[in-house]
Parts: sequence; C-alpha cells; structure tokens
Amino acid sequence: MLNVVFFARVKEQLGCASLQLPWDDALSSFAGLRFQLTELKGPKWEEVLSEENIILAVNHTVVDESAVLNDGDEVAFFPPVTGG
Amino acid sequence: MNVDTPIPLSVVIQEAEFDIAALQQSLLRESHQEGAVATFTGYVRVNNDDRSVNSLELEHYPGMTEKSIGDILHEACDRWPVLAAGVVHRVGLLQPGDPIVWVGISSMHREAAFSACEFVMDYLKTRAPFWKKERGPEGDCWVDAREGDRSRADRW
Repeated sequence: MLNVVFFARVKEQLGCASLQLPWDDALSSFAGLRFQLTELKGPKWEEVLSEENIILAVNHTVVDESAVLNDGDEVAFFPPVTGG
Repeated sequence: MNVDTPIPLSVVIQEAEFDIAALQQSLLRESHQEGAVATFTGYVRVNNDDRSVNSLELEHYPGMTEKSIGDILHEACDRWPVLAAGVVHRVGLLQPGDPIVWVGISSMHREAAFSACEFVMDYLKTRAPFWKKERGPEGDCWVDAREGDRSRADRW
C-alpha cells in the first residue's frame, strides 16, 4: 500500500488531505503515481501534482522526480515551505 | 568534545505559547561549559507585503517537521562546537504580536552561538514543512516562499 498525503495549497486545490492506494508495481515512480491518481480522480490532479514548484517527499525526506517508490512508503506533495 | 556524550537537542512543535526564560535556562548545563547563548524569536507581523494581517494559520507535516528540524540541528552541530540546541515552533491560529518560533544555541564562545543560531533559522525557513496562511480584510491568502529566504540559506 502507498499512503499519499497533501498539504497546504495543494491539499486545498485537490480537496483531499490523504489517500491510500493498494500497492501495484506501476506505482514505483512519481510518473506512475501521478498517472494512477489522474485515472482515479481526473485531470485536475495531473495539473496540480505537476506544478513546477511542487515539492515531493518520501518517508519524510525531500526527493526529486526520479525517486523510486516502494510498497509501504508515505509519499507527500506540498508547495514551497513558509515557516519560521 | 567527548563523542560519548550526545549533544542535547530539542525540537518541539506546539500550539501553546512558549516561555522564553525557561527555554533559555534549558540550554545551560550543570558543567557550566557554555560562555554564550544566542537565541532568536520570530513574531507575527501585523503587515506582510503591504497586506494587513488579522491572524495567521500555521499548518505543518507532523513527523517530517520534527525530522527535518532535527536534521538541521545535527548539521549545525557538525559545523560549530554547539553544546546544546533547541527549536520551538508554533502551529495553529496565531495573532499579530504572537511569538511563532524560537531557536536557541549554547556554545563556549559567541561566534559559534550566533552563527549556528542564524544557520538554523535560515534553514528552518527553507526546509522545514510549515505553511502560513494569512487572514486579512481581503480574505485568506497562502504566504508565498521568498527568494530572499532561499538566498540567505544558500550562502551557508
């Protein structure tokens, strides 16, 4: 299973804070994950999740687009951070 | 530094206000090795980029927030002779004038304490997963990341 979480503006645009996807080898890349989410939820998800400045994290570590996803991972999509 | 003794590092995410005097005290050890404590406190401004702010809502990514700030503190300890370090960051609904964030570093000398404190704050601004949403007379508005914050962090 893949746990997918969204924060801040991304969460609001999607109207979704988190969802779980049963594991499938097609989910082992961000491209595959985006494809599956778009199939499930519609083209708006492709648009929001492909925004240029979106940040990707796997298991609480920021990664780039080439990261490999594994069964049991927590994957996050969020906008640039503004803490402090 | 004795490698067998871990450096006390503390990361706290909370909604409640914090006690700056108690936090400062928490950086001091019974051994009295520290000659300097540098601290920074960030507050909610009443104006941001000419927008008037009635309140500020802070969202974060529980779990990743603590990990990313812990990583920043460890990096500070690798770069400077830090004796103790702490970060408190508030989340939830805040008002202008409220303290948002506190960073404290103790060291033997002031140079390391000042530098490590600024480093932690600069990295926190660009790496820790917090997001601010302003509520003002014109409605709600997500705060944009600032290029200036990124360039400040890049200089380290």
